[in-house]
Amino acid sequence: MIVADPKPFQQIRGFLEDYRKILVLGCGTCVTVCLAGGEAQAELLASGLRISFSKDGKEATVLEDTVQRQCDEEFVLPVLERVKREGIDAVVTLACGVGVNFLSDRIGAIPVFPGVNTTFYGGNVEPGLWSEMCAGCGDCITHLTGGICPIARCSKHLLNGPCGGSEKGMCEVDPQNTECVWQLIYERMKLLGRLHEMQNLIPTKDWRPAMDGGVRRSVREHIFRLQYKSGAGA
Amino acid sequence: MSQDNGMKSGSNLEKVFRAGHLAVTCECGPPKGADVEHLKKKIQMIKGYVDAANVTDNQTAVVRMSSIGASAILAQNGVEPVMQMVTRDRNRIAAQSDLFGAYALGIRNMLCLTGDHQKFGNHPFAKNVFDMDSIQLLNMVRTIRDEGKVNSGDPVEGGVSMFFGAAANPFADPFEFRVIRMAKKIHAGADFIQTQCIYDMVRFKEFMKMARDMGLHEKAFIMAGLTPLKSVGMARYMNRNVSGITIPEAIIKRLAGVPKERQAEEGIRICLEQIEELKEERGIRGFHIMAIEWEEKIPEIVERAGLYPRPAVA
Ligand code: SF4
Ligand code: SF4
Repeated sequence: MIVADPKPFQQIRGFLEDYRKILVLGCGTCVTVCLAGGEAQAELLASGLRISFSKDGKEATVLEDTVQRQCDEEFVLPVLERVKREGIDAVVTLACGVGVNFLSDRIGAIPVFPGVNTTFYGGNVEPGLWSEMCAGCGDCITHLTGGICPIARCSKHLLNGPCGGSEKGMCEVDPQNTECVWQLIYERMKLLGRLHEMQNLIPTKDWRPAMDGGVRRSVREHIFRLQYKSGAGA
Repeated sequence: MSQDNGMKSGSNLEKVFRAGHLAVTCECGPPKGADVEHLKKKIQMIKGYVDAANVTDNQTAVVRMSSIGASAILAQNGVEPVMQMVTRDRNRIAAQSDLFGAYALGIRNMLCLTGDHQKFGNHPFAKNVFDMDSIQLLNMVRTIRDEGKVNSGDPVEGGVSMFFGAAANPFADPFEFRVIRMAKKIHAGADFIQTQCIYDMVRFKEFMKMARDMGLHEKAFIMAGLTPLKSVGMARYMNRNVSGITIPEAIIKRLAGVPKERQAEEGIRICLEQIEELKEERGIRGFHIMAIEWEEKIPEIVERAGLYPRPAVA
């Protein structure tokens, strides 16, 4: 899932000085699960803003709503209609950065402000803790590393084993909190009976499928073409 | 190595190895600016006492004069440089371009490193590169030298006869993998190895035994890394704060057992005893003495270790 952290309240408050009818828009998927931007957080932020506005003597209406996904037109179009219908003049979205973009691309002259800081693709490793696990490099190599990603989980993205700072299982960059992923890979390869593979050189990576090849698109030909031909897509 | 393949670069360091001498290198950190005079002073201190000196590449991610620039100044002033190159700050385009530039400036040894994370330096907010790791860098520069091709496969104009080195840390974890990692570096292209500074002799000897069992001592020139301890404070600090370095209690006790003003001398004595012991270790082909901010002690250490004068090799 995509993990995000709430933005500091004062920063969000600072975005909104010039607006009178504000929609706080939560998202029902990843950011709900990581407790950063779901319905509950949207409510909390909206009431916080109301209190802050009234304390400052600022007249503004704060509305709140949460949709299933802000990265899909199916769920976003009704929001756009509502914005128009109700004369909303600013949106604070608690979706990940995708939601901010998705809305901005479609909403016309209404500003969309980010309510969270989108951080990484990660998993919920214990209650209240999410850890980074994939960096979306576009050419997964975890079949070579026991299913554990050295790109996302090694601070130096090393592909050929642990650096000289790996000590007692921890990463030198954050020895208190972060395990050395190469220690994890080593142990896992041992468990899988594949330790000998770690002698092989993993060659320099082609970063084109990662962000370095330019902006990425993902096409499912059978659906994409169908829509295009029928004139519904593109 | 010497037996099965010939001279790679003709650098002084390589010649010293191939002539069968124990080589001596030290470290020469460039200034945090363009202070050439400061660098020249350091060069004068070590001149004649080492076969080559490592020129660090923004070590611990603190901004300094470039290792290429400083290496060229070393070469002009009579000390052969081992230019360090880290992949933290340059992608493969810059790394290959810098290799050509360095070679054109007369630099003949290069040590390939991944580099310290910028978190440890004075620009922790910088974006890093890490397009490749040190092993991939070695493989890339070896391919340039031996096959005349850059990473993309395009041909190189003119040869690049360089002597390539790598670092090895026998003291990091997982221990059983450390020798395999060194083997990967040697297979990728390392002609010589400089180890992390050795304090735990037991572990180091175990590492060397594993290396010999794999025949690595015959495939690359392995240099033992040593850092003389200035004080018990420094020993404790390194033990606590530097990942991948452990200083045995016995050494800390020994330093603590002498008065403060004699601790530096005691640190040097420990270093000299280590050199004596390691001269007997099969597969050790030289010493890399990293006297951190203590370059002025290099001549004394080299002399007292019986490694002076340095051989003149043709
Ligand atoms: S190798 Fe790439 S795609 Fe696979 S987990 Fe790592 S970053 Fe993600
Ligand atoms: S300690 Fe491990 S995870 Fe951390 S940078 Fe080194 S190899 Fe990567």
